[in-house]
Amino acid sequence: MQSEFRDRVLVAKVAAEIREWSRGAEVRIMHVCGTHEWTITHAGIREMIPESIKVVAGPGCPVCVTPGGEIDAVSELSLRKGVTVTTFGDLLRVPGNTTSLSEAKASGGDVKVVYSVADSIKMAKENPRRNIVHFSIGFETTAPMTAIEIVRGVPPNFSVFASHKLIPPAMEFLLTSGAKLDGFICPGHVSTIIGVKPYRALADKYGKPMVISGFEPLDVMLGILNIVRQVAEGTHRADNEYKRAVRDSGNEAAVEAMDRAFEVRDAHWRGIGIIKSSGMGLRSQYGGHDAAVKFRMKGAYQDRMPKGCGCGEVLLGNMAPKECPLFGIECKPEHPVGPCMVSAEGTCAIVYKFKRI
Amino acid sequence: MAEVDIGGIRREASLALVADRGIAVGDYVLVHTGYAITKVDEEEAMSILDAWKQVMAAEKEIQL
Ligand code: SF4
Repeated sequence: MQSEFRDRVLVAKVAAEIREWSRGAEVRIMHVCGTHEWTITHAGIREMIPESIKVVAGPGCPVCVTPGGEIDAVSELSLRKGVTVTTFGDLLRVPGNTTSLSEAKASGGDVKVVYSVADSIKMAKENPRRNIVHFSIGFETTAPMTAIEIVRGVPPNFSVFASHKLIPPAMEFLLTSGAKLDGFICPGHVSTIIGVKPYRALADKYGKPMVISGFEPLDVMLGILNIVRQVAEGTHRADNEYKRAVRDSGNEAAVEAMDRAFEVRDAHWRGIGIIKSSGMGLRSQYGGHDAAVKFRMKGAYQDRMPKGCGCGEVLLGNMAPKECPLFGIECKPEHPVGPCMVSAEGTCAIVYKFKRI
Repeated sequence: MAEVDIGGIRREASLALVADRGIAVGDYVLVHTGYAITKVDEEEAMSILDAWKQVMAAEKEIQL
């Protein structure tokens, strides 16, 4: 079934339809998901659609937007006696302001890569004398896992350093930033959790089409077609083109778990700045599992991009990776300068790897 | 917990976030960091594909 969504003939048919509807109009579409960028780059979607339609990548890489100061603070925590930090592999090599988790590990810090928060909880059960701290990052797709475990109850020696972020407030930030933006391709996985409603509110308020799309080439093409059509017809609906995975109401159990475990706070997006009500921190009743409270971490984490790195502009869709003077020269996946080259979801890494194939 | 097949690789995945979806053996699910987040509706998938195939078939007939 999945393979049919890669069918070249079908994809070409939708591309022809897009051309017909665009009628040469300039349309700028943003997506906010590393997996969408992967599909767009690898399937060559930008080459299939008219040049007047620009599809740009926004801040869809959770690792990339995690502030350098937080990375420094958790790296430092891993060096404390009796503490083990667990993290997803992508975050390990991301340079903070002064250090990285892999550097901390090399100098004796206890940092372990896990595939899932469940692995980290298991580690806590097996090592009751150690403090296991999970560096919990990610959007609405990753926050529910940590939330449901916290709500259901975790061992006393397990805590999280929560740096979760919310996608719709970041979209709103972009919609008010003054940049030309005619519509959003909404992230499929995030949408399985939050459903259509948050996008409907943004579509109404800002008069822009918002379309949920899946991750196969045909899915992305249908998303672009929907937006181009809406622009031509002057409508601004929030539509769901990924109905096979996304219910309009989302995943209510996941949203409920997030609401119970977390409270919405302002959050710092690396290279972008503070976005109001765009983050989630643990509610005070779970303070015993909040690493920031438990280990008296100072907070107010500052952020610096590595010198010369334009990742902030890449994350806002203002700069293509190739426009960065360091791209592919000083900055490569083997020795990344900025976060966008480290993560598999980073735009610079995706574009670089594709060019190498 | 359930066993999932991801492109031929068997892994464990938690069903904690989809407990209300009545997931049964043989269903397609989307898995993210070890947790199923949604059930994939095959009928829905086929209906989109069929709609486009019909559009294309109709055009071919017109051309003939
Ligand atoms: S190529 Fe490297 S240095 Fe340039 S913006 Fe991307 S991550 Fe930063």
